[in-house]
Amino acid sequence: MARQILVAAAAILFALTAFAADEDTLTIGYTVSRTGALNLDSLAQERGFEMWRDEVNAAGGIKAGAKRYKVRFVTYDDQSQGGRVQQLYTRLIVQDHAQFLFSPYSSGLVATATVISEQYGKLMMSIGGAEGKTYQLGNHYLFQTYTPADQYLSGAIALLKEKNPGAKIALVYSDDPFSKAVASATRDQAKQAGLSLVLDESYPPSQTDFSAIINKIVASGADALLGGGHYPDGATLARQLYDQKASLKWATLLVAPDSPQFASLGAAAQGISVPSQWAPQVTYKPDFGPTPAEFTKRFEAKYNIAPGYHAAGGYAGGMLFQHAIERAGSVEPDRVAAELNKMKATTLWGGTQFSTDPKSHGLQLSHQMVLTQWQMEGGKLVKEVIWPASAATAKVAFPYR
Amino acid sequence: MFGILASILDGVLVGAVYGLAAMGLTLIWGVMNVINLTHGAMIVAGMFGLYYLASAAGLPTYSAIPPVAVAGFGFGVCLYWIAVHRVIGRPPLMSLLATFAANLVLIGLGTSAWGTVLFNVPVSLPGLTYEGYTFTGTHMMAAVLTAAIAGLLYLFLYRTRQGKAIRAVAGNREAAELNGIPTTRVLALAFGLGVALACTSGALIATLFPFTVLSGAAYQLKSFVVTVLGGLGNPAGALLGGVALGLLEGAMTPFMPVSWTSIVEFVVFVVVLIAFPAGLLSFRRS
Repeated sequence: MARQILVAAAAILFALTAFAADEDTLTIGYTVSRTGALNLDSLAQERGFEMWRDEVNAAGGIKAGAKRYKVRFVTYDDQSQGGRVQQLYTRLIVQDHAQFLFSPYSSGLVATATVISEQYGKLMMSIGGAEGKTYQLGNHYLFQTYTPADQYLSGAIALLKEKNPGAKIALVYSDDPFSKAVASATRDQAKQAGLSLVLDESYPPSQTDFSAIINKIVASGADALLGGGHYPDGATLARQLYDQKASLKWATLLVAPDSPQFASLGAAAQGISVPSQWAPQVTYKPDFGPTPAEFTKRFEAKYNIAPGYHAAGGYAGGMLFQHAIERAGSVEPDRVAAELNKMKATTLWGGTQFSTDPKSHGLQLSHQMVLTQWQMEGGKLVKEVIWPASAATAKVAFPYR
Repeated sequence: MFGILASILDGVLVGAVYGLAAMGLTLIWGVMNVINLTHGAMIVAGMFGLYYLASAAGLPTYSAIPPVAVAGFGFGVCLYWIAVHRVIGRPPLMSLLATFAANLVLIGLGTSAWGTVLFNVPVSLPGLTYEGYTFTGTHMMAAVLTAAIAGLLYLFLYRTRQGKAIRAVAGNREAAELNGIPTTRVLALAFGLGVALACTSGALIATLFPFTVLSGAAYQLKSFVVTVLGGLGNPAGALLGGVALGLLEGAMTPFMPVSWTSIVEFVVFVVVLIAFPAGLLSFRRS
């Protein structure tokens, strides 16, 4: 009697699993910097990922041919450190059996993760990494969603050439792979535009005392500042720039001013501009997915905070990946990669096309940057798109304050 | 031209605060021959103390410093009894390990409580602007307060009985004991005072720069350099050493990339160690 009950129970369990097997899961692995200097920007990117996953799963999962796959994330905290990225991506692939990968945030960590993902032949969506060199080392399964670093400050250079052709530029940037890549391109672009570079210096990413550098900026006679790094040093530099009353006519800092939290600096934030991968006010007409305005509304409803470009990039990366699977009709990495290689799309994020040249596979070709600036409107700080003119939502405030 | 002078003056202002940090380290070292490796953690404790009193509890920033100092003193006395008391007089490696272990525990607790997020105490004081260069009010206030605290320390060490007792124990513990001075209590007092100085300097640094739980390491390293410059066991030397280091930093930066500053600092450190082992301003070694 007991044995018969056991057999019946086992049969029922098998039957249940057979029903459950209709719903497959797609495991995507990534690390996020929950701690360390990159945490603000990295967590914003993760919100984008999570919003995409929640919407996809609520709609029944990703449709690949006849099957539907629910998205499941496996994630770890990389503590903003390359060493941890190396260990954790190996773990994601080998132990957690992640089928696809999203990159960590920031160029340095993406480069480290790429070494592992390419070693194991896993497809990775690179989101949050702008440095172009990573794509020149020969890869098969890496796809960059961000505009490459060498174009970050080209908008600011063009703007300065128009507003102040005799500008004296101080290039002060953090000593990390992303900022150095931006700086090296900016040097060439400034020279081509005929602008003079009066100061060119890097600082350690952990720097908190910028008074010496700011004194150097003043001593050099510069009237425009370009540079920065990520959030902590950018925010501190902006604050100390204001305290020391450096007499500049223009300041564009990387990454930091894009975060909504930058507004908490108050008067120190006013007038600072930032090259942005995306802004809520852009007016792209998407081939698929929500419009920028719809995305912004949904994001604000879910998280009670305006989306910056990090969150939009995370969401767009997930969406582009989903679109490739749907077009391929399968979750076979080679077929998904083939679809990504063919992709020429416009989404809320803007244009997306990946380079298929083996010397730069995966490099983003069609996505464009905008320049946004914090402007005081009715006593409140608001981020406006000021460049290019075709996407602008407000006039450039020059001098910046 | 004024740029170089501005850089030097600014360096001196911040250097004074580094000197204050080093004073705590050198006092403990001089009195009881213990290298306090929790020094960095205590600086960070002062930073967080100021942050919570000023930002969270809403006290006016500079009036939050005395409570931080008093709390630091109390914590220092406790730390003495827990980690240091039994290793006084033993081989120096033991006290080094004891304070190192205490440091790991404190930093570990701090990291699990606060992560490595950047904290900032927003302080704004009117500064002085001259020919385009501004000396921020916070830098000047920090230097002024450092001078005041250094003055108070001098008065304490040289004009009170407890101060005299500390100097006596620093000179010769057995003789002091024979003269009826309760040396164990005096050592606890001195350790507490050293930690209080570290916490106070941390609070002052928090008014100048943002910080994380791990910021203490950099300032502890600077404190070692300053202590060597100023002579072991000599608080006045530590203050002057800090000012000298700040002066050196300020004089260097107009002429070389900012990232070279630490390299030059440590080259100077090694040179001074070799050429002047007792410190640049070595009075009698306490």
